[in-house]
Amino acid sequence: MMAKIQIAGVSKAFGNGVPALAGIDLDVAARELVCLLGPSGCGKSTLLNIVAGFLAPTTGRVLVDGTPVTGPGADRGVVFQEYVLFPWLTVAGNVEFGPTLTGVPTEERRRTAARYLEMVGLRAHAEKFPVQLSGGMKQRVAIARALANSPSIILMDEPFGALDAQTREILQDELSKIQRVEHKTIIFVTHSIREAVYLGDRVVVMTSAPGCIKQVFDIKLPDVRDRFAPDFTQYEAEITRLVKEEVAKVHE
Amino acid sequence: MTSGSSFLSTVPQLMEWGLRGPTLAPSRAFRLKLIAVLGFLALWSAVSTAVILLKLFNPIFLPGPWVVAGALVTLAVKGQLWGHIAATLERVAIGFSTGAVLAVGIGLPTGYFRVIRNLVEPVVELLRPIPPLAMLPLFLVWVGIGETSKVGFITYATFFPMFLTTVHAVGQMDPLLVRAAQSLGARPSQLFFRVILPAALPDVLTGLRLGIALSFFVIVISEFIGAEQGLGFLINDGRSFFLVPQMLGAAVLLGLFGYAGNALVRLAERRLLRWQFP
Repeated sequence: MMAKIQIAGVSKAFGNGVPALAGIDLDVAARELVCLLGPSGCGKSTLLNIVAGFLAPTTGRVLVDGTPVTGPGADRGVVFQEYVLFPWLTVAGNVEFGPTLTGVPTEERRRTAARYLEMVGLRAHAEKFPVQLSGGMKQRVAIARALANSPSIILMDEPFGALDAQTREILQDELSKIQRVEHKTIIFVTHSIREAVYLGDRVVVMTSAPGCIKQVFDIKLPDVRDRFAPDFTQYEAEITRLVKEEVAKVHE
Repeated sequence: MTSGSSFLSTVPQLMEWGLRGPTLAPSRAFRLKLIAVLGFLALWSAVSTAVILLKLFNPIFLPGPWVVAGALVTLAVKGQLWGHIAATLERVAIGFSTGAVLAVGIGLPTGYFRVIRNLVEPVVELLRPIPPLAMLPLFLVWVGIGETSKVGFITYATFFPMFLTTVHAVGQMDPLLVRAAQSLGARPSQLFFRVILPAALPDVLTGLRLGIALSFFVIVISEFIGAEQGLGFLINDGRSFFLVPQMLGAAVLLGLFGYAGNALVRLAERRLLRWQFP
């Protein structure tokens, strides 16, 4: 079976000539949640931006369902670390943004928005504006906005990175629950090992400068995970060791 | 504790509080403003009365507010005033709205596309430092002293500040908003009307307020030259015949209309930018 996302020989060098990514090959299967994990500056966000179509790779290409990516598109929803809600639209307006663009009838749009706002627990806040929301609420809206546009792929760039530890774990739980219902193909960028082991079907550990794939871990844990289970902490320890090696190399 | 109202619990409240203490109750703020206006009128009355009583100089130079109001009432009763007001307002309305449409319509793509920016900006930057009034005689030579030159001149003069605020507004917007919209499937036209325009709107509206003020500034001068109607004509006509009350009356009206135009945009701001302080 063909992979949903094929990343083939992708490298990226920016204007200063310093390579940010070198020779990335990665296939992501449909309905799979892959976490890209690595120290800051390892190019994981750059890779995500290439898949999203915001950046063109210097070499190599990205295929989605066998078709090369040439720019951003509605088939690939993006959730940013900075939330990036449209501040002039209400919560409901933000969630309905995608369907509005394609001319989905108002009635249906409302139903879709209500369903996803319900899913992220924000039904009661539908008429609020983004300035009235906390960071966690904003990111929930951003997730609902991505889902309401029904993309087959969702790209998440350190989506919970700006949140406090408690909110972060709650949103991880919610995302995990959502994924059990929605079955999207997700690439999730993070620098938190715990988060990666908690959410990922696979965890791709990247090395820095230039970014390459160091090792891929298949996380063979149940769908509903326990952060204190022995096999969970075992994955955590193993990946931590690997990442430490990388960080040490950078400092040498 | 009966209520939480004494706590600055929410961000908007804190912002309202600001650094200078609590905002005034609206009724109190209105009272203060009313006192200021009445105080100004009282001062004006006092000075012009003093001129009459103390025979400081010919009182014809500084008529009191009641004389000015009287002159306006006389003009209104004779039916002349309305034509002048209508002429000025019509020129401002057409000239300003044409300027606004052009400034925003060209400003948005100029702010967004680097290529257009590099093509348009040098021309604008060369024309902008020329005081618009320096171009007025040229307008008269090119299109004559009719309506077209007056309306066109307002459009020309107001274009620059409104264009520059629009370009600046687009430059300031968060580029991630564009990416977010593109990933939701926005086509270029949708990007402009649904993302770039609303993102730029707060600054664009500030630009429109500048534009309205400038409209009244320049219309008066073009009505000094070769007009038979308009508030600027009334002022110039008053000068020829030494009708100081008429001159001051027309000036007061211009002030009031400028104020009203500004208030209108503020009203639009409050409606359109409710999301900033919901």
